Amino acid sequence: MTELETLVQQFQSKNQVAFKKLYDMYSDSIHGVVYNIVKDADIADEIMQDVFIKAWHKADTYSSKKGRFFTWILNIARNAAIDVTRSKAFKQSKKNLNSDYFVDIIRSNDNLDNSTDAIGIKKFVTNLGKKCKEVIELLYFKGFTQKEASEELDMPIGTIKTRNRNCIQQLRDMVL
Amino acid sequence: MDINAYIESGILELYVAGKLSEKENQDVYELMQQHPEILQEVLEIEAAIVKLTAAVSPHSIDFESFKDKLKDTNTKVVDLKPRKPSWISYTGWAASVLLAGGLLWTLNNKNKVEEELQTVSTEKQYLEIQIEEARGDLAATKNLLDAIRDKDIIAVPLGGQGDYASTYAKVYWNKADNTIYLDGEGLPNAPEGKVWQVWSLTLNPLTPTSLGTIDDFNTDDNKIFAIANANESQAFGITLEPEGGSESPTMEQLYTLGVVASTP
Repeated sequence: MTELETLVQQFQSKNQVAFKKLYDMYSDSIHGVVYNIVKDADIADEIMQDVFIKAWHKADTYSSKKGRFFTWILNIARNAAIDVTRSKAFKQSKKNLNSDYFVDIIRSNDNLDNSTDAIGIKKFVTNLGKKCKEVIELLYFKGFTQKEASEELDMPIGTIKTRNRNCIQQLRDMVL
Repeated sequence: MDINAYIESGILELYVAGKLSEKENQDVYELMQQHPEILQEVLEIEAAIVKLTAAVSPHSIDFESFKDKLKDTNTKVVDLKPRKPSWISYTGWAASVLLAGGLLWTLNNKNKVEEELQTVSTEKQYLEIQIEEARGDLAATKNLLDAIRDKDIIAVPLGGQGDYASTYAKVYWNKADNTIYLDGEGLPNAPEGKVWQVWSLTLNPLTPTSLGTIDDFNTDDNKIFAIANANESQAFGITLEPEGGSESPTMEQLYTLGVVASTP
């Protein structure tokens, strides 16, 4: 059993130490995905914390056979953020949602300046091709299915899959 | 199975994105258990995505400040126990019920009292009528008494005749105003289809003159009847005749008879 699997099991039996470790591993990522959807730091803060509280309370519904723990919590986060953007109050306050891609946010993100990954990430997004930006944006940040992405980008389904593979490969080369 | 081709297909990237079907997810999971290369590939894809997405976060929120929020929620959950019913609301409801009951009771009482008042008022009116009647009766009786006590009155007792010896009557004759007052107290009620008829008689020769029938005899209270009499009567008699009266008295039905004592 991997260390991660042990952590997840402890988390499922309401171990707060394990929960903290998982939170430390993934909270920034969840925050980033949510922020990319709602484009508001305060709202993103709230949604991200709500997502982890929800995960804590429904921990027993997770099973490793259904997918990665990160993927599970990522799904909860995307759904929560999209729910918020569909609310009337949100629509009224955010009529002109800025349409920046994640790459634009990363490029102007001061938070990254002190991070060890900063150089690699910034370099990655600077050099990333338009097609890669779009595919990663849709599949990981927006939660589009392969089919939805192929329609959105007017690309065959198989192409989405292989192109995405190549884009992620580039990312791995930069940051791992 | 060609592990490399499987990895190169890009399915593992979609697996981490959470965009595979339940069945595909389960397949990948099983392959990860069997093939360490696949597991390793997934871990690397995931690590890269975790770093990329984290880079979008404008700032971190540490677990300590988040933990407070978790506790808040726990406290909130404790707070969500069934709300204890407030005594104020119970008292309020009880007061409303009492008030409503009181109002109904008062309304009911008011109606009763109004009814009683109505009854009393009716009784009072009835009593007033009775008093009025009694006054009228008294006045009538006084008039009657005055009439009988008049100095010009001649009293003529009528005795029972033959089979009717137990009956009697009295005639008070006021010659001044040609009126007799017949007191029929000693006569029985006239039977169905019959009436009492009063006669004025002269004795030589014996000539009866009808003074009329007493149609309201049975219903009259004091049985005193004022009858006009302009005749020079020497005696008075009362017979029971068929309804409507007779031309001449039926002597078999002569109940009472009395002679005027002296002719003034």
